[in-house]
Amino acid sequence: MERIPILRMGNFLLVTIQVDMHDQLALTLQDDLSERINATSARGVLLDISALDMVDSFIGRMIGTISGLSRIMDAHTVLVGMQPAVAITLVELGMNLPGVLTALDVERGMKLLRDRVASE
Amino acid sequence: MSSVLSSGTQPVRIEQDVVLARQVVRKAAIDCGLRLIDQTKLVTAASELARNTVVYGGGGDMDWAILEDGLRKGVRLLFRDEGPGIADLKLAMTDGWTSGGGLGLGLTGAKRLVNEFELDTAPGAGTRITITRWT
Ligand SMILES: Nc1ncnc2c1ncn2[C@@H]1O[C@H](COP(=O)(O)OP(=O)(O)O)[C@@H](O)[C@H]1O
Ligand SMILES: [Mg+2]
Repeated sequence: MERIPILRMGNFLLVTIQVDMHDQLALTLQDDLSERINATSARGVLLDISALDMVDSFIGRMIGTISGLSRIMDAHTVLVGMQPAVAITLVELGMNLPGVLTALDVERGMKLLRDRVASE
Repeated sequence: MSSVLSSGTQPVRIEQDVVLARQVVRKAAIDCGLRLIDQTKLVTAASELARNTVVYGGGGDMDWAILEDGLRKGVRLLFRDEGPGIADLKLAMTDGWTSGGGLGLGLTGAKRLVNEFELDTAPGAGTRITITRWT
């Protein structure tokens, strides 16, 4: 089965979405991530969507679910690299992803995660 | 009167077709000369409607056309299925309402993302939704 790879970087997990995801693939990623957070006791997840040229309500919901799920498992999720056109469209669609941390790029996302974890 | 510069049909039967429909719409939007932000809005609206066609309409087709109307150009999409139709249109066009497990933002969100939105449906008579985004 097709899967989106999850890389481990110390305390954190890095997911770079590079394909135009169909719905099942998004759901599989959600499940895989919760398993990996649990198995590795990761404290943070970097979700890099810089390659995505659109986020609809289904993918938007996946992002919100991953963020909420990681909180329950004592980790933080940072959404990285959302293209401006994607962000504007998402808001107009009616989704504003409340509570989801965002950063411009992976480096800044990593710093945000480190600061969060250090302050706990 | 607008004239059709090019057109085609994309089947929208299974989940993977939603991805193909997005790609077809992106290409049409680029060929039409829509700005990046308008391309993104149209592709996102198409993704929502294509998913509805698969999930609620039992599958159907998406007709696409690049139009020229005087100085402006546009992309028009028609999503059509022979599914159960929508019984309560007012309810379906309410933000957050879903009969399934969705977020209920597909129809209302798609409408906000385009310049023209037309919905033609009746119980038992399928659903036809036409959207247009102009340059
Ligand atoms: N093609 C269709 N055929 C039948 N019903 C539809 C169709 N498209 C939408 N609907 C109905 O309209 C409701 C709202 O759709 P939408 O706004 O996309 O939200 P969601 O997909 O999250 O349920 C759906 O839950 C469904 O009941
Ligand atoms: Mg929908």
